[in-house]
Amino acid sequence: MAHLEEALAEKPAILNEIAPADLPRVPLVANNRSFAWITEKVCGIAEGRTPVWWWWCFGVACFVASFTVCGLIYLVSTGVGVWGHRSPINWGWPIVNFVFWIGIGHAGTLISAILCLLRQKWRTSINRAAEAMTIFAVVCAGIFPVFHVGRVWYAWFLFPLPNSNWIWPQFRSPLEWDVFAVSTYGTVSVLFWYTGMIPDLATLRDRAKVKWRQIFYGVLAMGWRNSSRHWSNYEMAYLILAGIATPLVLSVHTIVSFDFAVSLIPGWHTTIFPPYFVAGAIFSGFGMVLTLMLPLRAVYKLEDLITQYHIDCMCKITLATGSMVGYAYMMEFFIAWYGANPNEGFTFINRAFGPYAWAYWIMISCNVITPQLFWFKKVRHNIPLVWILSLFVNVGMWFERFVIICTSLTRDFLPSSWGYISPTITDIFTFFGTFGVFSVLFLLFIRFLPIMPMAELKAVTPQADPHAGHGEHH
Amino acid sequence: MSAPIHGLIAMFETPAQVMRAAEKVREAGYKFWDVHSPFPIHGIDRAMGVKRSKVPRISLAGGITGFCTGMSMIWYMNGFDYTLTVGGKPFFSPLFAFPISYELTILFTAFATLIGMFVMNGLPMHYHPLLKYPNVDRATNDLFYIVIEARDPRFDQRATRELLAAVGGQAITDLED
Repeated sequence: MAHLEEALAEKPAILNEIAPADLPRVPLVANNRSFAWITEKVCGIAEGRTPVWWWWCFGVACFVASFTVCGLIYLVSTGVGVWGHRSPINWGWPIVNFVFWIGIGHAGTLISAILCLLRQKWRTSINRAAEAMTIFAVVCAGIFPVFHVGRVWYAWFLFPLPNSNWIWPQFRSPLEWDVFAVSTYGTVSVLFWYTGMIPDLATLRDRAKVKWRQIFYGVLAMGWRNSSRHWSNYEMAYLILAGIATPLVLSVHTIVSFDFAVSLIPGWHTTIFPPYFVAGAIFSGFGMVLTLMLPLRAVYKLEDLITQYHIDCMCKITLATGSMVGYAYMMEFFIAWYGANPNEGFTFINRAFGPYAWAYWIMISCNVITPQLFWFKKVRHNIPLVWILSLFVNVGMWFERFVIICTSLTRDFLPSSWGYISPTITDIFTFFGTFGVFSVLFLLFIRFLPIMPMAELKAVTPQADPHAGHGEHH
Repeated sequence: MSAPIHGLIAMFETPAQVMRAAEKVREAGYKFWDVHSPFPIHGIDRAMGVKRSKVPRISLAGGITGFCTGMSMIWYMNGFDYTLTVGGKPFFSPLFAFPISYELTILFTAFATLIGMFVMNGLPMHYHPLLKYPNVDRATNDLFYIVIEARDPRFDQRATRELLAAVGGQAITDLED
């Protein structure tokens, strides 16, 4: 014992000769901004006059959103035949779009929950907007399966209610699991988003000068008054929400992948699907976060809050998840060969060289090759280029779902039923319109709600450290 | 003495100041008092002597309820009330009931956590004396406040005011009830 203590008390001789490396932490809020500056900056966006560009964007977004509305009205009034489904491809576009949108949402929860648990403080600048993105993406995603059931007025059959023959839903079906996964995901995302927003809504309430703002923010803030006794419960609640949102986000895309993996269709019936879908979802979501945040940063001059360091981090996660997706593509091919199942092997050869080869190679170039550019610092520091690459990621991930669904369904076990799916104009417009729906919601969010968590941003600045001043006060 | 007051409020400029002041106020034996800060200050709980939050217990109860709800709902619907024969599979098995029970565990935990947080904090409370304080917007912006309530047994207009001044509080004022 004594020896050990002596050894510990004695500094290694080497420490007298070398100075320990001083690794400066990259500041998360650049230019040493004060608390009041952060409040002013973030609240200013919601409080200032509505910018002209906002009205233009809002008008265009509403117009685009009307495509979805018209498409769905046409669908309901005419019948599902207006969509390009025909046997054997009964899943077609709507399910591609559903998986695409639900995947986008995953980055929001990853940023808010998983990075919170991993204490990645850089998440604070982008988590609010990313969570909003999640919720709006789930809204867009939800449209498709609901209308895909055909007679949409029977969509309530999916819920655990007895139908007109007093029969309950069939819980052995992964599609039924999906209903619960997606609705839970949407609900928990809203709760998490709202919980994070309460202190910032209180800030907006206290600054509000106009009556309707005082009432609007006042009601939403629930009388929050920044009490430390409240913060204690609040931080615990936030941590628990992060803790449960983490298994949730992993389970949602796992269950979405079960829709495929639990079936027997070649190319779908694989165990790699859950992890591969989750990685792909996070990849596509980060693509969308970059697509949204970079213009927002430029328009509102948020360079001090979303610094180059934040963009670097996002690019690196895109690179990591993109590489995982690329690995999964290779693994699928390998297992198709190694598994020695002729149907499986045929499906993969057919994917790469069959009638949908064009879609397959778009997918490979956008998802596997594009993110590899993020290895280079020069690329990550070139903001317009990062933005363009993020668009490629979005396109690539849509094609991934298209390839998975369409190649497998058009070439199933029975060659007599083989087919080729092409979307109808209604298919295309309905999907195109969801970008409008998403934009309308996102524009309303940036206009009326705090787009960044001010309380969390203040807490990661150096002056928030209660031990910072100890030196001077002995 | 005129109208009854809610308590005394003192302003502090930095987290370090309010942290040291909080330690002194706790040592002076006050029970009904609070620190208001624009963000949660790291370590203020210990300085104030606030115990660990009890929200996790409510969350756990919510999670268990959610899991049991999922399992029993599926057993009742598919295994008891109206059995459906699908592919010769059993009418009920915890395995196929698991994904939905898992999701419901999370759903119920989330609601329990949020509601638990509100109940523990006594929110929503849209009227509170602090919200009438003219500089309340600074508490949600960039300044730090300590409020000692008049209902505290140790509260005394003069002594409490002196304590707040001694620990470095500025602009000490009465908080109207």
